[in-house]
Amino acid sequence: MSDAYLQIDNLKTHFPVEKGILFRKVTGTVKAVDGVSLSLAKGEVLGLVGESGCGKSTLGSTVLQLIKPTAGTVTLGDRTLTDLDGKELRSARADFQMIFQDPYASLNPRMTVYSMLAEAIQAHRKTPKAELANAVGALMEKVGLAARFMRKYPHEFSGGQRQRIAIARALAVEPKLIIADEPVSALDVSIQAQILNLLSDLTREMELTMVFISHDLSVVKHISDRIAVMYLGRIVEIGPATKVFEHPQHPYTKALCSAVPMPDPDSESTRKRILLPGDPPSPLNPPSGCTFHPRCPHAEERCQAAWPSFESLNNDTHQAACVRLTELNQ
Amino acid sequence: MPLLDVNDLTTYFHTRNGVVRAVDGVSFQLEKGETLGIVGESGSGKSVTCMSMLGLIPQPPGRIERGTATFDGTDLLHCSPKELQSIRGRRIAMIFQDPMTSLNPYLRIEDQLIEPLLIHGLADKASAKKQALEMLDAVGIQDAASRIRGYPHEFSGGMRQRVMIAMALITKPDVLIADEPTTALDVTVQAQILELIKKEQQELGTAVILITHDLGVVSGFCDRINVMYGGKIVESGPTKEIFYNPQHPYNRALQNSIPALQAKGKELYTIPGMPPDMSKPSAGCSFAPRCEHATHLCTAEPPELQSLGQAHTTACLRVQRENLKP
Repeated sequence: MSDAYLQIDNLKTHFPVEKGILFRKVTGTVKAVDGVSLSLAKGEVLGLVGESGCGKSTLGSTVLQLIKPTAGTVTLGDRTLTDLDGKELRSARADFQMIFQDPYASLNPRMTVYSMLAEAIQAHRKTPKAELANAVGALMEKVGLAARFMRKYPHEFSGGQRQRIAIARALAVEPKLIIADEPVSALDVSIQAQILNLLSDLTREMELTMVFISHDLSVVKHISDRIAVMYLGRIVEIGPATKVFEHPQHPYTKALCSAVPMPDPDSESTRKRILLPGDPPSPLNPPSGCTFHPRCPHAEERCQAAWPSFESLNNDTHQAACVRLTELNQ
Repeated sequence: MPLLDVNDLTTYFHTRNGVVRAVDGVSFQLEKGETLGIVGESGSGKSVTCMSMLGLIPQPPGRIERGTATFDGTDLLHCSPKELQSIRGRRIAMIFQDPMTSLNPYLRIEDQLIEPLLIHGLADKASAKKQALEMLDAVGIQDAASRIRGYPHEFSGGMRQRVMIAMALITKPDVLIADEPTTALDVTVQAQILELIKKEQQELGTAVILITHDLGVVSGFCDRINVMYGGKIVESGPTKEIFYNPQHPYNRALQNSIPALQAKGKELYTIPGMPPDMSKPSAGCSFAPRCEHATHLCTAEPPELQSLGQAHTTACLRVQRENLKP
């Protein structure tokens, strides 16, 4: 796609596993992200779902160059982030920011809201001190916090309010790309709705491109334009949000969708659940071929041979990586 | 007669910052073999309710102010520690949220599994070991005979929760209290564990109390649901009534704010404000400050649970007196 704003090509992040204290030996590699290609248009929200350990957070950190990739490229606008270093990278960071899961751990307990946000503003845009308070106040109001709270410390706020502060901090540099790593997972349902509304309003108003990482399919479906499903370091299915959620094609996505409990007793009693055997395998020693084959109810011998390529059933943007895609979806 | 009859259970925590009214006059019944869901947000008192019944509240700062919890003729709140011990773990068992911290890392799975049987004198060591192996096999751990000699760190999260379930059910209890049993697990593993609890429940005829914040989990699992807010039950009824005929404004607002039930991209309903500060008692309904239907009446008088028919009760004055409809 030529109009892509964020382009990720065959991105790989491998971590060496070492043994020994004096003579460290590499005994294996964890392939946390293993060949992911994605492209996002400007203003698009992509939901990234998967179970714990599938590499979705590592993918987010790698895109933002918080972890250096083993291979592959990330291009944002006209800049190739994977080629940047030191100072260049630091100045490029004004364009992309991250929101973390736990608002209790991601805010410095010894800094006031003012000093946290002012620091973020100053980092990329020299602002005179006199204007700083106004800028911080405007930022706080943007995320739904009263500006008069700016001299308070994080412990004086509730979980939802803290997440608002974390969002304000990410927005301080006026970024174009936001990676939100499980931003609502630590929050109660009623607070979760507030933050989801805020995020979708902000992306619309500021034309933000966002990667929304979560393990909760119903939350992802609500906020995203497209959904990508990850399993063991790779994307197994990608497509428009409602299509992926309502008509999943890959056997893993099917199982995942059927496992999500719906708050609706009637559909819950009639729905057939696909129960997957076992736990997700260790990325240290992934199975051969399609990494899902040991848990897949439809696996055949050829599934063990090679990683399947992406295919589309109706020649549209909804694609899945499964060799039996056509026969399983008739 | 119900198997478990909780009446006016009230647990306060006396802290330096005042009296926290964690559970404030909770009453409910549990019949033999039924599944009861307790739903609420964090701090609504759902865990403290169950911990109070089993004497698991640290005292001080906690104190059970009043109430009774009658289980098969014994008042759990006022019986001797010895009596409670003979019931807890044997006739009422509990599983906790975090399977990573609830197993002893120093002991083999086998030693932990047989402990309930040995402590309650239900079996000698040899037959306890045999039962442990059968139980571990029943909860779906493959190659149980060799895994039983392993330590907790060798098991994944889902497997540890299976071990916890095996340990809780090994004494064939009458009641199983599951406190957020799947919150720490992935969705596909959550589906496995819920299915397992259901299967074991049917085989043993155990009554289950499922505590969770996830409305999705209770909808397919429970016969009846209690919705808790601010230390009180605000609505109680059969699962279908709670979901299809919600009466209390909090229950309605909660369902409107879950993305799963709303059309995609639609603005989610949000409950304004924050959960109540439980150390500051309110004269009226604790939800009144956040409720869009609240009137002066709601802040003046505490509502009581009243029946709406079909075992459906709600604690909202406006619903009861003015027939408020959504």
